[in-house]
Amino acid sequence: MQQNRTSGAEERVSDEIQEAGDKQAVPGKSRGGAHALDMGSLISHTSKPTLENETPCVHINGLHLYYGEKQALKDITMTIPEKKVTAFIGPSGCGKSTLLRCFNRMNDLIDIVRTEGEIKINGEDIFHKSVNVAELRRRVGMVFQKPNPFPKSIYENVAYGLRIQGVNDRQTLDAVVEQSLKSAALWDEVKDRLDDNALGLSGGQGQRLVIARAIAIEPRILLLDEPCSALDPISTLKVEELIYELKNNYTIVIVTHNMQQAARVSDYTAYMYLGELIEFSDTNTLFTNPREKMTEAYITGRYG
Amino acid sequence: MSNVPQHISKQFDNELEEIRSDVLNMGRLAEQQFADALRALIEFNVPLAEAVLENEFKLNACEVSIDEACVTLLARRQPAASDLRLIMAVIKTITDLERIGDEAQKIAKMAINLAEKSGPKSYYIGINAMGNFVRHMVHDALNAFAQVDSQEALVTAGKEPESDEQYGAVLRQLVTYMMEDPRSITSAIDAIWVARALERIADHARNICEYIIYFVEGKDVRHISIEQMEEEVKKQ
Repeated sequence: MQQNRTSGAEERVSDEIQEAGDKQAVPGKSRGGAHALDMGSLISHTSKPTLENETPCVHINGLHLYYGEKQALKDITMTIPEKKVTAFIGPSGCGKSTLLRCFNRMNDLIDIVRTEGEIKINGEDIFHKSVNVAELRRRVGMVFQKPNPFPKSIYENVAYGLRIQGVNDRQTLDAVVEQSLKSAALWDEVKDRLDDNALGLSGGQGQRLVIARAIAIEPRILLLDEPCSALDPISTLKVEELIYELKNNYTIVIVTHNMQQAARVSDYTAYMYLGELIEFSDTNTLFTNPREKMTEAYITGRYG
Repeated sequence: MSNVPQHISKQFDNELEEIRSDVLNMGRLAEQQFADALRALIEFNVPLAEAVLENEFKLNACEVSIDEACVTLLARRQPAASDLRLIMAVIKTITDLERIGDEAQKIAKMAINLAEKSGPKSYYIGINAMGNFVRHMVHDALNAFAQVDSQEALVTAGKEPESDEQYGAVLRQLVTYMMEDPRSITSAIDAIWVARALERIADHARNICEYIIYFVEGKDVRHISIEQMEEEVKKQ
């Protein structure tokens, strides 16, 4: 199967080179790349990501959010692609964390918050009366800025979500704990001390434990709110590597103050400013040739 | 770059500005080397040609030092968007400037050869005209870089095909001389090398224009026709 595909691709490539030679690279043949030459015909495996070609996961439509009188989000409309990493960047107070917290209705916990507009996750309106918020948060996991392991053993931290769901079968729990810790790239470091208190872990390990706890209950979406801002550079890189692995199975949305981090880990990046979505595009474009002057100013460090 | 607001980091602004002005100085030097080599050829001025050969190392040194400044800036500042495109454009531009210097060196060597053989002046009518044309291209390309002017870069790049035509004309002219008088063959071949160097310099000037368009517009316009280039730049 694999072989078939490869040889097919080669045939196509050679055909297209022939064609490109015949037509002397006709304009308009490009596939949305930055070059008028049809690069796709030569390097077929590096097709550029575009939002239009992604499977949508979260639809946000005309979302407004108010903290009392103050409007924190203004008419946000965007589609977050499935099984990709989407980063929100912007200066403090631009609303990126607020927007992230809408996806699992964490803002419900703040009395003065009022929202208008709609958010649909896989087609389901999450603000609808019939939505079970606990169930929603099971599907949309979240990791915060500071590692917040529970004051329990490492094992029980990861098993916590399942126990709440009433799963107490030791074999199932063992399997899930091991699998989750492996997925979070923490297993090798803690497998010999699963019964130790999780509060004894380092910041970076704590953060990966929290991620393991989040994925133990198999959410569809993982929200990461500044997951590395309290970590040293090495732990940060481990978490970033983990994010890269996790996107095979989860839709990941990350809020970060670290623009280089967004550039490193994300497939798509949204720039927000004063509650508005200024620009949302694939990360390569946003960091090399942003459409909006405001984005340019922010990512080049000219934002005053 | 007065039209762009400054970075929060003043030091970053200074570093970028320094690189930019180093490139312009290198550009002026390459332009000077090229002009001197051409003058040495036309005027049979051997000392001037020798001076060109002696000065070649300066362009190499410029290339090395600007490269190093770019690497340092990439490592320490992680530039993005237009800053990143500027650094990319600089790294590529200085390669082309250094090669313009190499071609100038070739012309200077031929100038020494031809001065010894002292072929007929009429050889150089076509070469002189082509040389002046290409010199203006180089000058305009560097000006476009200094002014961050993608329009001027586009216009200048658009002149490159004309240099190819001039190359063809000079070649035909020299072939005629060779057929008329076989004794002229050795010097005419040297003159062909000069024309070839001029044609290459025009290519380098066009390359520089393409980098400027990339820097200013964020569009990669290499390896396409001038018409496609114009279309790309116009396209929003």
